[in-house]
Amino acid sequence: MTWSEMVPLLWEATKESAYMVLVATLLTAVGGLLVGVALVLTDRGGLLALRPVNALLGLIVNIGRSLPFIILLVAIIPFTRAVVGTTIGTSAAIVPLTVGAIPFYARIVETAIREVNRDVVAAARAMGASRREIVVKVLLREARPGLVAGLTITVVALVGYSAMAGVVGGGGLGDLAIRYGYQRFETEVMIATVVLLVVFVQLAQMLGDLVARRLSHR
Amino acid sequence: MIRINGLRKTYRGRGGDVAAVAGVDLTVRAGEVFGVLGRSGAGKSTLLRCVNMLERPDAGTITVDGVDLAGLSETGLRTARQRIGMIHQHFALLSSRTAAGNVSFPLEVMGMPRRQRADRVAELLDLVGLRDRAGAYPAQLSGGQKQRVGIARALAGEPKVLLSDEATSALDPDTTGSILALLRDLNQRLGLTILLITHEMEVVKRICDSVAIMSDGVITEAGPVHELLAKPDSALARGIFRLGPPPVLDDATIVDVTVVGDGSLISAVARAHDVDVRILDGSVETLAGGRAGRLRLALPGSPASNAAALDQLRASAVAVEVHP
Repeated sequence: MTWSEMVPLLWEATKESAYMVLVATLLTAVGGLLVGVALVLTDRGGLLALRPVNALLGLIVNIGRSLPFIILLVAIIPFTRAVVGTTIGTSAAIVPLTVGAIPFYARIVETAIREVNRDVVAAARAMGASRREIVVKVLLREARPGLVAGLTITVVALVGYSAMAGVVGGGGLGDLAIRYGYQRFETEVMIATVVLLVVFVQLAQMLGDLVARRLSHR
Repeated sequence: MIRINGLRKTYRGRGGDVAAVAGVDLTVRAGEVFGVLGRSGAGKSTLLRCVNMLERPDAGTITVDGVDLAGLSETGLRTARQRIGMIHQHFALLSSRTAAGNVSFPLEVMGMPRRQRADRVAELLDLVGLRDRAGAYPAQLSGGQKQRVGIARALAGEPKVLLSDEATSALDPDTTGSILALLRDLNQRLGLTILLITHEMEVVKRICDSVAIMSDGVITEAGPVHELLAKPDSALARGIFRLGPPPVLDDATIVDVTVVGDGSLISAVARAHDVDVRILDGSVETLAGGRAGRLRLALPGSPASNAAALDQLRASAVAVEVHP
């Protein structure tokens, strides 16, 4: 394959990967934060201790975490159709990516929030802060560096997951590497996609580290 | 200002129930510095956390400035808490906010508009001598400075009561001194009532008007410091005036005399009764309420032969204990 043939393919695949990962990251950030906060609040000794809810939520998260992504991708096809109206294409790939990443990020959120100093939470209660204020101004705010670092890990995991999006016609760099590089023995394409993926991950990690460092005042 | 009646709090643990507070009655008068002294595990931290309902008591009532806290709804309690300041052993500052941001937090909780907040924050930081560190994050501050931020934050709601949870235990002696001096100053200038818990006798000596000694969940001794010192069997007095066991002397009367303030008591007795008073041991302390000391004296002869001298000592000293 010539260079001029390869560039448009790579460009298209890069755009698809970026689109899938970015949208899935945004949705995962929101969903993971909600589930992670719920896991902390409903736990024993939490601000909204509700053990049965906590146990159920934990079970759902663990099921989501234990399914191999490729299985999840296929298993939730009916759900994907209900949400985006189609089961193939880039947008259809975003649904399983998000569903797969939310439990992953939720556990990271949970851990990051548990790291917040208990004394500070007690101090906020002693000052008359409401539950909402404690969650927003203390827990999420104090955990911010950990939340950003965790989101970076999630983005990198999403880049990996997105390689399997080709199964539902999602496209992207991983799909390109499999179809051209692996199945057609186009080594140049394989190398080019791998380089692009490395650059992708590297950029995400650098940006994440930078933001986390900016936010940390410990 | 603070009235605690029949307070009980039991924790259920794996090794059985632990009564952290097992029936405590306490009254803190307006404008005083009241110290609860005890070893770790005595239940004093639980006691303090019950005063602003961070821990719900199992039984008993707590009244702060005339308001029965146990009877309040969640919303009512939040409002009441805004009027009760609290400072903490490990400062409990938000690491993600600057000194000014930390002081601003309670003002935000109270719903003060942004513009007013900035003025009030500056005023509060001024009060604790930290105006020039307003933009610093807690990680950039020393322990003493962090506690000053904690104090400024606790005073944001113009509280009548300040609760102090081992506020100086994580600080070195010099810094402890400056924080205690600040607390005393705020107590006097603002008429702030302070309820503090501590395991350090030094804290009691330096700033407490009244003290309660707590062990195993109960209060074993309580009252104004100068009254407790006047009791020969007071554990507080024994803790402050560290005299060893009395020596055995032939043909001598050994007597412990507790005095408050200045005076020429001993020379007066020596002159009036023409006795050679020997000082065997002694401890003189500068306390919040003035100077106080306990001296161990030896008078030649039996207690019976020194009856007149002992009477004079009893008349002038706050406490006299004759060793048999």
